[in-house]
Amino acid sequence: MRNMSSFLAGLLFGLGLIVSGMASPAKVLGFLDLAGHWDPSLAFVMIGAIAFASIGFFASRRIEKPLLDETKHLPTKKKIDTQLIVGSAIFGVGWGIAGFCPGPVVVAVGAGKFGAAIFLAAMLAGMLAFNLFDTQRTIRGNADAR
Amino acid sequence: MVVDWANFTPIESLLGGAMIGLSAALLMLLNGRIAGISGVLGGLLTADGWRDGWRVSFVAGLLAAPVLYVLMRPLPPIVVQASVPLLILGGLLVGFGTRAASGCTSGHGVCGISRGSVRSIAATLTFMVAGFVTVFAIRHLWGG
Repeated sequence: MRNMSSFLAGLLFGLGLIVSGMASPAKVLGFLDLAGHWDPSLAFVMIGAIAFASIGFFASRRIEKPLLDETKHLPTKKKIDTQLIVGSAIFGVGWGIAGFCPGPVVVAVGAGKFGAAIFLAAMLAGMLAFNLFDTQRTIRGNADAR
Repeated sequence: MVVDWANFTPIESLLGGAMIGLSAALLMLLNGRIAGISGVLGGLLTADGWRDGWRVSFVAGLLAAPVLYVLMRPLPPIVVQASVPLLILGGLLVGFGTRAASGCTSGHGVCGISRGSVRSIAATLTFMVAGFVTVFAIRHLWGG
């Protein structure tokens, strides 16, 4: 059941990306290009998404646990730290270079786009690189603490 | 600033956005999970991430979306303009950056803002500004 609901949520999310036009990097870059011919569409996607997601998250606060799991798996970090800001800035630069972010690139791979497959492979490599960096940092941190 | 009225799609984008928001709402209410794609993909890079099947099911849904869509109507054009070296560079940066920031456009931009997370608002403002600056640099400073 849990896998089925998750699959359907993924499907709906992917269809939303296609309908909204955001599966196409050219359209995303049209939004990011403020100084050129600016396409405000992405802002409308955010408005629509936040409107519906807010209702869902508001409702989720009133329930003890989700329908198909024992607990709500919510993020625990609260602080705005250097890693959040630097990481987001690095993400934004990569987003501006190619016009892909993690959701749309998966949908574009599903649509058979070769360029999307290249981006996705590099993105997964970048994620692994961060894991490696994070592990090294933890090991060094532990060594320093000793 | 000149608005690109020819490509502006307010209705479709609002509708698609609503579908994305509904998906995030359902995933929280049913599975108790945040619909953050970088977190989902990052989780699949660890052995633990496969233990609960929700991540791989969600990705399967994303991949199936264009396949289902073309059965109903022609897929809108997906235009990739970047060259292969830039796709690789962009991918590496997006992968590293989203894991460092624990979220991307979906996790911070949609879910985090909807939850009223100040961390997510800060993250979203940062990657938006970085995206604006990068496109300005590429298209208007170097590209000409």
